[in-house]
Amino acid sequence: MRRGPSWFNITAITLGFAFLYLPIVLLVIYSFNASKLVTVWGGFSTKWYVSLLSNQGLLDAAWVTIRVALLSATLATVLGTLAAIALVRFGRFPGGTLFSGMVYAPLVMPEVITGLAMLLLFVAIGFARGFWTLTLAHITFSMCFVAVVVQSRLITFDRSLEEAALDLGCPPFKTFFTITLPLILPAVVAGWMLAFTLSLDDLVISSFTTGPGATTLPMKIYSQVRLGVTPEINAICSILIGIVATGVIIASIVTKRREVERQRAERLALQIG
Amino acid sequence: MAMTTTGAPGRGWLRWLVVAIPYLWLIVLFLAPFLIVLKISFSTTAIAMPPYTPALDLSAGLGALWEQIQEFTFDNYIFLTEDSLYLQSYLSSLKIAAISTFLILLVGYPIAYGMARARREWRPTLLMLVILPFWTSFLIRVYAWIGILKPEGLLNQMLLGLGVISEPLNILPSTLAVYIGIVYSYLPFMILPLYATLEKLDETLLEAAADLGCPPIQAFWKITFPLSIPGVVAGCFLVFIPAVGEFVIPDLLGGSDTLMIGKTLWAEFFSNRDWPVSSAVAVVLLAILVVPIMLFQNAQKKASE
Amino acid sequence: MAGKSLTAGKSLGPVRRAFAPWNDPAAKPFIQFQNVTKTFGDFTAVDDLSLNIYEREFFALLGPSGCGKTTLMRMIAGFEEPTSGHVMLDGQDLVGVPPYRRPTNMMFQSYALFPHMNVWDNIAFGLKQDGMAKADIATRVDEMLALVKLEKFARRKPHQLSGGQKQRVALARSLAKKPKVLLLDEPLGALDKKLREETQFELIDLQVRLGMTFVIVTHDQEEAMTVADRIALMDQGKIVQIATPGEIYEQPNSRYVADFIGDINILEGKVTSTEGGVATLDCIGTGAKVQVTQDGGAKLGDEAWFAIRPEKVSISLTPPEDPSVNAVSGEVWDIGYLGDVSIYHIRLATGATVKSTITNTTRLVSRPITWEDKVWLTWSRDGGVVLTR
Repeated sequence: MRRGPSWFNITAITLGFAFLYLPIVLLVIYSFNASKLVTVWGGFSTKWYVSLLSNQGLLDAAWVTIRVALLSATLATVLGTLAAIALVRFGRFPGGTLFSGMVYAPLVMPEVITGLAMLLLFVAIGFARGFWTLTLAHITFSMCFVAVVVQSRLITFDRSLEEAALDLGCPPFKTFFTITLPLILPAVVAGWMLAFTLSLDDLVISSFTTGPGATTLPMKIYSQVRLGVTPEINAICSILIGIVATGVIIASIVTKRREVERQRAERLALQIG
Repeated sequence: MAMTTTGAPGRGWLRWLVVAIPYLWLIVLFLAPFLIVLKISFSTTAIAMPPYTPALDLSAGLGALWEQIQEFTFDNYIFLTEDSLYLQSYLSSLKIAAISTFLILLVGYPIAYGMARARREWRPTLLMLVILPFWTSFLIRVYAWIGILKPEGLLNQMLLGLGVISEPLNILPSTLAVYIGIVYSYLPFMILPLYATLEKLDETLLEAAADLGCPPIQAFWKITFPLSIPGVVAGCFLVFIPAVGEFVIPDLLGGSDTLMIGKTLWAEFFSNRDWPVSSAVAVVLLAILVVPIMLFQNAQKKASE
Repeated sequence: MAGKSLTAGKSLGPVRRAFAPWNDPAAKPFIQFQNVTKTFGDFTAVDDLSLNIYEREFFALLGPSGCGKTTLMRMIAGFEEPTSGHVMLDGQDLVGVPPYRRPTNMMFQSYALFPHMNVWDNIAFGLKQDGMAKADIATRVDEMLALVKLEKFARRKPHQLSGGQKQRVALARSLAKKPKVLLLDEPLGALDKKLREETQFELIDLQVRLGMTFVIVTHDQEEAMTVADRIALMDQGKIVQIATPGEIYEQPNSRYVADFIGDINILEGKVTSTEGGVATLDCIGTGAKVQVTQDGGAKLGDEAWFAIRPEKVSISLTPPEDPSVNAVSGEVWDIGYLGDVSIYHIRLATGATVKSTITNTTRLVSRPITWEDKVWLTWSRDGGVVLTR
């Protein structure tokens, strides 16, 4: 029934979102706390952010994290997109069940198991642990998330568009790059962003697969958190939240604006036509 | 058979490549590691690098390999049954994951329902607001609760200030804090599949139910809920399976009495440096989760067809 | 199904012919809309509308999409409440009564069959809501299954049924509770043409035999004409004309109605005489002088329109006795051969086009009148109508 939102729904949404956001908001607020005692408000200050800049260990870890995230997200997007195409388009092929199993399993696999398994692989083949093992591990688990995101777009993809291109004489390989890829691009980009943040955030798998000289930001934060809550950690966390939130909000505004423009163009076309 | 799936990008070798690249990648970096875990779980601890024996050195030839395989032992598994710590960790993990999953369903369903019934123009924004915390670091979200729950934290300050309690509550560290942490961290995983099924629900079905004399609350139980079961199932799998092996939350929020297998495995590996036993722990955990994981994969595959 | 009616028996002629309660001033209306207005934001879906529907009537709401017909029906079912005005059923005000307490049932355009229940449970759903005894429910459901000839499909889920079968389940489900009014929202829209035509007659059959009041919403004028006792043609939230199918076709009250129902030629003109119940029009665009019987709607000097259906325009190669009145000449511009009839498009000297339909009474493929022939079009005084709006 086309009724307005009911009180039940409004209450559920309000309480739900309060629960989801309140802890994060409090964390950000207390990153501006002048007092060293995290829970006592000592006035507004940005000194913790300033002190971060002089923490060389933290800056090194941030740099490692960003390099791993950029590299692994990009390769995971390529591999994940291929996997999605294989899943959606090639239907049954020998070993297809094993393949889809391997794509979906990392989504739910406890990270301690994945991390341990990958570490043992690197040890078994004698691969020196560090930046590269970290990157390989990140590619492997995040490509599965990319595959699922791209797959959901491919399922709803209108196949007749490709058939039209083939019918007009465009070879299959070219059809993929001129028709299919541009149309699934939003999902591919979303997949890249997801892979990037997953890599940025990962602690457990990184802890297993990393080696000397490749400490990531979450690992650094984790070792400090174990020692207690400090405003400095609040400040790093706030920066990370800020980066991710800005990225997601910009992305959604861009998609929203493109959607609005498309609708306006369609309306205009209808009026002219 | 090969030609029945036409229209796919690429001819023979190209199609083969599209499948082969991710396939091989996953076999080498996802499947093979599990076989190695399985192998090491049958090995013996050694003071060496790698810290276990036999190391299965293929260069020694097949004969030597057989000798090495004969060194395999079930000792690690027997050890798991002897020390009650492991059994208790498994049971406690399953219990905590199951209760958390149920709590998340209770909390998440009304939110997903409210979102799916919100005005159409609001839905993308609400959806983004649910996804946004999911994009921020897991570790940070767990950390945020430490500041709230600890004895001199914000919750206790507020309750003391309001005069609800006279002594600070010892929520952190405790198993209760672990429940709060899991519910909080995994909530979006429940809301998203629930929202997806509820949003697809054809509203004329509810109109039809009302038209046939069914009041709204009954219509919920007879129409809406049964039709949202696929979302409930997907959400429960997405929450339950990783929650069983959770490490960060029990480590940061749980007390020494909060046993969870992820934490045990971590300690076994990093503190005791006993790789064979941690491998055995992982193998058993995987054996416990293999049925739910296969069910989850089936559900995913069905949803994608 | 083909050819067999759902409930075999006598012809419905006597019942249908004698039924006309709307002409009886003593008859009590069953459903009443009293000055009903419904707005959505700044859009007015239904605009100060009043309407009476009688018991046992098969009533059609017809109009283009967005005309307010569906909103009107949903107000009977209770899915929409009027912004102002009253909706009465059997003397009782329905405003404020939720849909699940109204004695009406609806057959949805999408059928809205519950996908997780089989056919039997779908039909039983409404009966269970009434707390009916189990045995009675079983009897009633079996009765309904027999009525729509789906006994063999009782255990099937909706997705295992064809479009026509789903339509029958939806019908059975909405009839099971013996509602005071059955509402049908584009009930046959999803069926192919042949099945749709068959089902239309089955619906009439059911309605008469069950003695129920049916209200149907449709945008298909042929469907409305076939099934309904009366049709209300709607436009922009208002009713333009309520009449029997015959009246609405032969005596449309406006150009909108004339144009919406069937095919028609409309010639613009000026009234030059209204003597003796006959209006004379000078049609500027066609150069024709038209004389047509009327009951006083058109006044001398008015701007008016002469509307005539193509089948009432005769076509001939020879000029009529009096070519100055009710006759025009032109050239055959195009012929549309539809099998049973052919539509001739005649281009007049002024450039206007007039259509004429000829019934093809012989098997001859070559027509006596063909492209580029010079022809005369004629019609009688009773052939068309004069419209003032």
